[in-house]
Amino acid sequence: MTITEQKQELVEEFEMFDDWMDRYNYIIEMGKDLDGMPEELKTKQYLISGCQSQVWLTAKYNDGIINFQADSDAIITKGIVQLLLKVVEGRTPKELVEEDFSFLDKIGLKEHLSPTRSNGLTSMIKQIKLYALVFKTKEEQSDYKN
Amino acid sequence: MNISKIRQDFPILNKKVRGKSYVYFDNGATSQTPKSVIDRMSYYYENENANVHRGVHYLSQIATDAMEAARERIRKYINASSIEEVIFTKGTTESINLVAHSFGKAFIGEGDEIIVSEMEHHANIVPWQMMCEERGAILKVAKINDDGSLNIDSFKSLLNSNVKLIAIAHTSNVMGIINPIEELIEIAHNENIPILIDGAQAVPHTKVDVQDLDCDFYVFSAHKMYGPMGVGILFGKKEYLEKMPPYQSGGEMIKDVSFEKTTFNELPFKFEAGTPMVADIIGLAEAIDYLEDIGLDKIQDYEHKLLEYGTKKLLEIEELRIIGTNENKASVISFIIDGIHHYDAGSLLDQMGVAVRTGNHCAQPLMKRMNINGTIRASFAFYNTYEEIDILVSAVKKVKEMLL
Repeated sequence: MTITEQKQELVEEFEMFDDWMDRYNYIIEMGKDLDGMPEELKTKQYLISGCQSQVWLTAKYNDGIINFQADSDAIITKGIVQLLLKVVEGRTPKELVEEDFSFLDKIGLKEHLSPTRSNGLTSMIKQIKLYALVFKTKEEQSDYKN
Repeated sequence: MNISKIRQDFPILNKKVRGKSYVYFDNGATSQTPKSVIDRMSYYYENENANVHRGVHYLSQIATDAMEAARERIRKYINASSIEEVIFTKGTTESINLVAHSFGKAFIGEGDEIIVSEMEHHANIVPWQMMCEERGAILKVAKINDDGSLNIDSFKSLLNSNVKLIAIAHTSNVMGIINPIEELIEIAHNENIPILIDGAQAVPHTKVDVQDLDCDFYVFSAHKMYGPMGVGILFGKKEYLEKMPPYQSGGEMIKDVSFEKTTFNELPFKFEAGTPMVADIIGLAEAIDYLEDIGLDKIQDYEHKLLEYGTKKLLEIEELRIIGTNENKASVISFIIDGIHHYDAGSLLDQMGVAVRTGNHCAQPLMKRMNINGTIRASFAFYNTYEEIDILVSAVKKVKEMLL
């Protein structure tokens, strides 16, 4: 699935929800069911903290794509993190540098992603873009792709 | 007290959020503003607005009279002995910064000690930390008990001849616990140590008499006591304020200015640089009138009943634990639910039409002491109702269902 197709699928899934409870239950399920990160990786090095909830993020460059792992101590944040990963996981640096994440507005989770929320999510998106930029720059500079 | 009539005084309480009624339980963060205060401030801008103190025209006189009448009103309310002791600031945080800076410059040197407590809001910790760093002084911390109350023995054990100032909350913003400040002030004065009381969370619930308390400094904000944001009070005993150098400088706080030498204005103006927030000052005085019309005793009584009811109902929920269990409390309840992150709870409660505050409430050292990373805080005002508490309680039960 391309990144555009993945985003479209998510938006369509969320359009099916009638009310906030359905939306939140879905996110909570994602937060509960999916594995986040192994405990050993939840260190200060990978911590993107907000003051309301904490988010951890790792990124590895592998042969032209980026692999992410992420987690949060709050279930709703973790659920949204998993949603984000569905879109960004395994994408090229170029795709992520160009991604504006506006699809999140269409999902109706804007309130969780406002910078003032300080739940770590806005910082996480910034961090994803930073990783993408770094890896893209490295690719352009040398024979990084091997 | 007719609560439904009182609620009519607050336009925002009738606002629908996401199409339904909203329960506002975040009064500890800021209180709502009655129409009389909003109207009085509008009236000022529509009829009285001019720059104050130095004008010779009619409007400037009206504005000055209104502002200084407000200052006298506030002086009377807190029973300060003179208006020279009533300083207008931006709020509690600025009041504390002012004292830290100016009292620090006048009285604090290398090796001196400042005492705060484990339960303090960052506003009553960080300014002291920074001042201590700058002046080579040491910050000492009085411990609290497991029930959230101040440990008086720990407090006493910290007092010695190096201590130059104590800064303590009147009421805890997280737990609502009311400290025995009369006792603390007496203990401090027995050792000739001045004491600053952070009254931000106390003044919404009770009337304060600074002469009775005999505190050396008392600070609070208007916006927590039904006044506007942007103004607060520093009360300080004249003997200290006179010896303290100015905090901010510029216009209004000077007497004579030349490049050779500048002299400063007398109290209270010495500490009020620049054009004041006249409308907001008048708003604060109007808020005091509003509160006294209802009666602080009646307010305290009713809020206490809300607190009792809320505590009882919330404790019926299994896995719910209250942080700050000491009985002497204002109408604030901080709680945690085992297995549930406060961010999740707060987000879902908001969707269900209940506004609470979650997280560390600008009291990270307190969170650490209580071994938690945050709480859910419901803070009640005299315009809240038992029915609203019922809504909170059933919302919390629903939150449990969704998350556990």
